Amino acid sequence: MNAVLQYAVQGLAAGSFYALAALGLAIIFGVLGVVNFAHGAFYMLGAVTAAVLLDTLDLTLWWSLLVVPVLMFAFGVVVERLLVQWLLRLDPLYNFLLTFGLTLVLVELVKQKYGVSGLPYKPPKLLSGRVDLAGVVLPRYQLFVFLFSVAICVLVWLVMTRTRVGMIVRASTEKPDLARALGINVGRWVTPVFGFGVALAGLAGVLAAPFRAITADMGNNFAIILFAVVVIGGLGSIVGAVVAGFMVGLVEAFGQAYAPTYAQILIFVLMALIILVRPAGLFGRKEATA
Amino acid sequence: MLEVAGLNAWYGEAQALHEVSVRVGEGEVVTLVGRNGAGKTTLVRCLIGLHRQVSGTVSFLGSDVTRTPAHRRARAGMGWVQDDRGIYASLSVEENLLLPPRVSDRAWTLKQVYEAFPLLADRRKAPGTTLSGGEQQMLAIARVLRTGARLLLMDEPSEGLAPVVVARIGAIIREIKATGVGVLLIEQNVKFAATVADRHYLLSQGHIVETLDNSDFQRREGELLKHLGI
Repeated sequence: MNAVLQYAVQGLAAGSFYALAALGLAIIFGVLGVVNFAHGAFYMLGAVTAAVLLDTLDLTLWWSLLVVPVLMFAFGVVVERLLVQWLLRLDPLYNFLLTFGLTLVLVELVKQKYGVSGLPYKPPKLLSGRVDLAGVVLPRYQLFVFLFSVAICVLVWLVMTRTRVGMIVRASTEKPDLARALGINVGRWVTPVFGFGVALAGLAGVLAAPFRAITADMGNNFAIILFAVVVIGGLGSIVGAVVAGFMVGLVEAFGQAYAPTYAQILIFVLMALIILVRPAGLFGRKEATA
Repeated sequence: MLEVAGLNAWYGEAQALHEVSVRVGEGEVVTLVGRNGAGKTTLVRCLIGLHRQVSGTVSFLGSDVTRTPAHRRARAGMGWVQDDRGIYASLSVEENLLLPPRVSDRAWTLKQVYEAFPLLADRRKAPGTTLSGGEQQMLAIARVLRTGARLLLMDEPSEGLAPVVVARIGAIIREIKATGVGVLLIEQNVKFAATVADRHYLLSQGHIVETLDNSDFQRREGELLKHLGI
């Protein structure tokens, strides 16, 4: 029983990274129609930035949770203005080429500067060690990651469902032309939305920093799983991204515990099964299949 | 308020509209009749600014808007009621109403909208597309009225609706007209068109082939029905 709970918390913590990053990916895809293949690289940059901030400025995780998303938002805005905006009118093939190319550039730049061996990262004292919850001993940090990312997801959901900005994002996602014809300047929201999505990937990276080996390549495998998450949840679906993120984290953790050889394969088996039953993903709209 | 002069529109190499000239005055209801594929919807998309491959001029309230982006045309007072009604599934009925910004001081309040369309008040929290076809059409019309639009571009509002709903839409159009709002109405239902409109343009293969006032239109109804192939 104890072991099962430990795997569950481990899975939910891992799922937190997927959920946050997939949420960013879903919002970007919704408003821009761009599938951002550089999302894994943005996640990696978030983790590397946190490690560098700790090393050079002695900024702990608490600060990084605040500072890194802001920096990543700014970086996202620059990338959107410089590169991504030119994709919006082009064939989706260019979207793949550009964002994938950007990934290679970012990964190589980080390798040049920080090498290929992992950067060290220690979480703050408060989050180290284990906590005893009525006889069940669980790692504090994993619990924190899960609770923190759930809070962020709830916050994003509230913004999306309760505010005018959220309403505009939903309308621009569903029928962008109609939104324009109803007087909404959809173009004005493109840059901040991209920045926000990048910031979420960066935040996932910060949370992953004490938990994963921080290397230039850490985003590569992450990105592959992330796309399985997005397919399972339904491309462009915000709730789907979050639910599928946690689901994949759990499958991964239990897979590694009970069938380590098949842990990764299990995720893609799950993906294939879901595509068979619901081609648009768990929460995707039917139109998405067309 | 709307003056279209010598408008040509293309889809790539194919020309969809040829030298179209159309005028809608304040408080005037003008219909655009024509077969499927005649270019009616294309014309409306050019007017609201969603189809940009055009030449000629579109002026609205005295200013040339031919190159103006769609959202600015809407803010200047054009209200579009899309042919498929354009109701958002991811927005509630009330959010559908509140999405477009108010564009003039004749904008309706939410209270006025709900008084005029009580069925929308009852379903305000429901997702927009859970309404019936007729209710969605009412929502689409109420949505542009709430903004205070000066000109409505209505694309087949009567299509696929029960006669009682069509009659209600006719009554709404006459009310709107009385307040000085101009309406450009795309319509295949000739009988319905004759009950609401002052003038009619007959569009065929991208050309305006005739302009008729309502009495001519009614006199030649049989001939027009034949032309429309109905």
